[in-house]
Amino acid sequence: MGNYFQEEIECAPLEKIRALQDELLPKQVRYVWENVPYYRKKMEEQGVTPDDIKSAADLHKLPFLSKADLKAAYPYGLLAVPLKDCVRIQSTSGTTGKRVIVFYTQEDLDLWEDCCARAICAAGGTNEDVCQVSYGYGLFTGGAGLDGGSHKVGCLTVPTSSGNTERQIMFIMDLQATILCCTPSYAAYIGETLKEMGYKPEDIPLKAGIFGAEAWSEEMRRDIEKTLGIKAYDIYGLTEISGPGVAFECSEQRGMHIQEDHFIAEIIDPNTGEVLPEGSQGELVFTSLDKKAFPLIRYRTRDICTLTREKCSCGRTHVRMTKPKGRSDDMLIIRGVNVFPSQIETVLMNNGYAANYQIIVGRVNNTDTFEVKVEMTPDMFTDNLGEVQARRKVLEDGLKAMLGIKAKVTLVAPKSIARSEGKAVRVIDTRKI
Amino acid sequence: MSVNQVSVFLENKAGTLNKLTEVLAANNVNIRALSLAETSEFGIVRMLVNDVFEATNVLKENNFVATLTPVLAYAIEDKAGYLNNLLQNFSAAEVNIEYMYAFAGKERAYMIFRVNDTKRAESLLNSKGLKSLTQEEISAV
Repeated sequence: MGNYFQEEIECAPLEKIRALQDELLPKQVRYVWENVPYYRKKMEEQGVTPDDIKSAADLHKLPFLSKADLKAAYPYGLLAVPLKDCVRIQSTSGTTGKRVIVFYTQEDLDLWEDCCARAICAAGGTNEDVCQVSYGYGLFTGGAGLDGGSHKVGCLTVPTSSGNTERQIMFIMDLQATILCCTPSYAAYIGETLKEMGYKPEDIPLKAGIFGAEAWSEEMRRDIEKTLGIKAYDIYGLTEISGPGVAFECSEQRGMHIQEDHFIAEIIDPNTGEVLPEGSQGELVFTSLDKKAFPLIRYRTRDICTLTREKCSCGRTHVRMTKPKGRSDDMLIIRGVNVFPSQIETVLMNNGYAANYQIIVGRVNNTDTFEVKVEMTPDMFTDNLGEVQARRKVLEDGLKAMLGIKAKVTLVAPKSIARSEGKAVRVIDTRKI
Repeated sequence: MSVNQVSVFLENKAGTLNKLTEVLAANNVNIRALSLAETSEFGIVRMLVNDVFEATNVLKENNFVATLTPVLAYAIEDKAGYLNNLLQNFSAAEVNIEYMYAFAGKERAYMIFRVNDTKRAESLLNSKGLKSLTQEEISAV
């Protein structure tokens, strides 16, 4: 028996989910047409009206929205309700330099919190649990989403927000927290600090972690699971669509279930915009089916992943997405080759280094320079200069094998790369392109 | 008896060695001998100190990566020819030296060797009448 928050919909037969989407999509498109002039104009330009959308199968006829649209329509251009009906805003972290503000009605908040509650239940959470939310509270959706979800499940919610790691650890130990919600890099940091303080995994009361909001590798997952003695679950979401909980992992830990009663997912060819068949790798696109204040249709996430409808042992029937290879915003093109920070992380962790690194890209004489700074660890240090150089070379060879281009590895002092309490600064790109 | 040398990882940039000496100074650790091996990006500082336990603890607390390495220390006459005599014994015993450094005291000179098989080297040299110094003896120099 699984642990569900809304079993009836989470485990509904596919036909029931499809029927719901067929019913909701035409209504939602008409609602947006009537209330969001910005999108109506896009539909008119494409020669499509709400009458053309009779079921979910007609979704592909509609125009896309992208981050550029959000920027152009800032701040109210995509708002579908009067401001008096909105109760809340959240804003993106602005990591890519374009701040986005999204609005929520009370119903929007409810559906978002329901999704987060489902994620907590999927990680085994019940009203017996103490759930520490160490995502940042405030404009960032991480704190607010998991906080609301935790309330709905009935967990004792500990709203520590991010930062002040010693205090985080005090609450984990004193209140015997069983679930930790934060970014994976912060979970790794909390784990590292606990280890330094002499705590063994069996001394730590945590049993599950719900980590998201940045790309992380399987190797990093295993490392966090080992250090904290927990099962680590991935959660996915984006502010534009609501926040964390749009998709999340179950006990199977093989892909994240997308909450299809609220969101339709498509995979498209990022170059042509053509919808790709199930199982293809491409860009993830979301349409919200029942959001009121900020109802985006065919929003291009720039996340690269694949979808699968293979039966899941957890009982949930909603489609699963693979961990995004990296948001295409995170992807670097170095000497013409696509490089995702998560690939570098994989090589480091396979070679016994921590997931703390920094990528420095520059340009000298029209050629890209590519350096990866890696912190020396007690386990990897030896008194023998030749041996240290040889281990550095092993890393360089591993990166070359993974990426196809050569990176220069620089070993730096422990703790010299700034630790993240929110999202890690992994990339410094000084190229002027 | 071999002695414990403290080896520390340092980035090769201005101020890093000073940060190390600052930590040791603040904790009253006395450096008896020091040598530095470097590449263009990083270096390894090798030191004999009066208090190995204290040194490794405070370095760890201050986020340095350090490790202990067994080395052999020999005291010789501070006169021409004595290092040559000592090394002839190493050659005769076929002991390969990875690296060495030295310092001169008031009366004698001290030679510190890192060899690939410390235990074997020590017993071979011992059989030739060469006694390596103990941790206490080095600390007392």
